[in-house]
Amino acid sequence: MFANHKLIAFETIVIKEVRRFSRIWLQTLVPPAIMITLYFVIFGNLVGRRIGEMGGFQYMEFIVPGLIMMSVIQNSYSNVVSSFFSHKFQRSIEELLVSPVPNYVILTGFIAGGMARGLAVGAIVTITAMFFTDLSIQYPWITIAVILLTSIVFSLAGFINAVFANSFDDISIIPTFVLTPLIYLGGVFYSSQLLPPFWQFVSGLNPIFYMVNTFRYGILGSSDVNVYWAFLILGVFIGVLYSSCIWLLRRGTGIRS
Amino acid sequence: MTIAISLKDVHKVYANGSEALKGISLDVEQGDFFALLGPNGAGKTTIIGIISTLVNKTAGSVEVFGKRVDTHIYETKLDFGVVPQEINFSQFERVRDIVMTQAGYYGLPHKLASQRCEKYLRKLGLWEKRNERSRTLSGGMKRRLMIARALVHEPRLLILDEPTAGVDIELRRSMWEFLTEINNKGTTIILTTHYLEEAEQLCRNIAIIDEGKIIEKTSMKSLLADLDSQVYILDSAAELPAQLSLDLSNTGLRRIDGHSFEVTVSGDQSINEVFSRLDQQGVQVSSMRNKTNRLEQLFLARLRDS
Ligand SMILES: Nc1ncnc2c1ncn2[C@@H]1O[C@H](COP(=O)(O)OP(=O)(O)OP(=O)(O)O)[C@@H](O)[C@H]1O
Ligand SMILES: [Mg+2]
Repeated sequence: MFANHKLIAFETIVIKEVRRFSRIWLQTLVPPAIMITLYFVIFGNLVGRRIGEMGGFQYMEFIVPGLIMMSVIQNSYSNVVSSFFSHKFQRSIEELLVSPVPNYVILTGFIAGGMARGLAVGAIVTITAMFFTDLSIQYPWITIAVILLTSIVFSLAGFINAVFANSFDDISIIPTFVLTPLIYLGGVFYSSQLLPPFWQFVSGLNPIFYMVNTFRYGILGSSDVNVYWAFLILGVFIGVLYSSCIWLLRRGTGIRS
Repeated sequence: MTIAISLKDVHKVYANGSEALKGISLDVEQGDFFALLGPNGAGKTTIIGIISTLVNKTAGSVEVFGKRVDTHIYETKLDFGVVPQEINFSQFERVRDIVMTQAGYYGLPHKLASQRCEKYLRKLGLWEKRNERSRTLSGGMKRRLMIARALVHEPRLLILDEPTAGVDIELRRSMWEFLTEINNKGTTIILTTHYLEEAEQLCRNIAIIDEGKIIEKTSMKSLLADLDSQVYILDSAAELPAQLSLDLSNTGLRRIDGHSFEVTVSGDQSINEVFSRLDQQGVQVSSMRNKTNRLEQLFLARLRDS
């Protein structure tokens, strides 16, 4: 396949992915917006007023970056896992497998689709947040870099989940039992400085903790973690997950018999 | 003569241990209209899966227009289009989007893609349905949509896995016409079918496959000639005369040993005539049986299955 053919194939996959989640916007775009709005109202506004300050900021200001991050993580992951699995389920994945599209183009196409949804929801949440608090971004480049890289990481993770999934249950197990706890314990709602030393150490083992805190650093200018560490972790995750996805595609795991 | 597709000693054992193909070797020439005929579970879909890379082969090699499918992935894949046995497009997409997406996977620029899309949707009578969601199509329309989809990159080789299963007779005939037309224009076609009539109408060459093995590879003409005739084995009480001849048109005779021989009688020939000729030559037939024809068995099995 020539480079321009690959580009066309890539665009085709991305357009198809965006069309998919836009078509079912009531399931993909609205629920996260409602959920996050509720978080703002309940935790930020009602409870937050009682909490006062967290990590040196108004509680509302403090949780906004975490909630944006949470929505990007969940939606990137869930877009790729449900889209790729439903391609498997409806067998339309065969259209791609029979065609000359190289594996890495298939993968990057789905990743771009996951990013598109993750960032679209992230944008919706950001706009919603602006009704509740003033957002000013301290380090725009860090903010953008972290959100893009995080979105890539969780799109890749969703892809792996979909490759191994055999039923609709299999695509909700990881988000429910792994992803959600890691996000909640990743410092979305509290500063790790509140934790006893042992639990601070445990938080340090949670990769999402680094991503959330670096994103918060980009927006508020203050962080519980070393920013370089966070980028290193993101880089390693992307490298490992990407290679695993390519390896799985080449073997045909879950898609070729 | 260019070989469009060449399979050499292809084996497939599925993960559950089922041995679907036991050494398939097959050459299909460019321009041919080739049928793979066989009962349920014979291995037809597995063969197509291996060619189209949906199934990983256990052993053997596959070449498309002289290039190995596993080493020249992109060139070989551009050369063929596949119409699968089971519906495999998204049920939520619109008809036109399905074809356009396929065109995109093959790297067709947008303008060319929409021309081709219109061309093939019109040819297959689906243009009016282009904005419908695919799940609202009838079974026959879904099959035609898969044909349009397989043709949008205009491959040199079209592989169809039971394209007319569940399609009514009228529609089947119009599909046959369409396939004959594109074959006449030079596209090599391989199709699998359960319908002997279909192979008869369309194909020049045929392979009959059963339990993962090719049991017959022949031209459609000679297959039909065989099907049209009956083979009897006759035994004579006495030693057969040295010279034995029936001297009838459409009737063949083959000596098996000193006492028995085989007679092939075509459909329009009366068996009485055969007996009277034998009588004239002093041959007394003591017993006679119908030679079981593998093909016939196969078709009986097919009838039993359906
Ligand atoms: N994914 C699979 N896993 C295990 N066994 C399989 C698989 N697919 C097919 N088989 C087995 O391989 C054999 C050949 O199946 P195949 O689908 O190739 O037959 P076929 O000739 O296309 O039959 P049909 O006319 O019914 O479509 C069968 O015994 C089938 O049970
Ligand atoms: Mg089949």
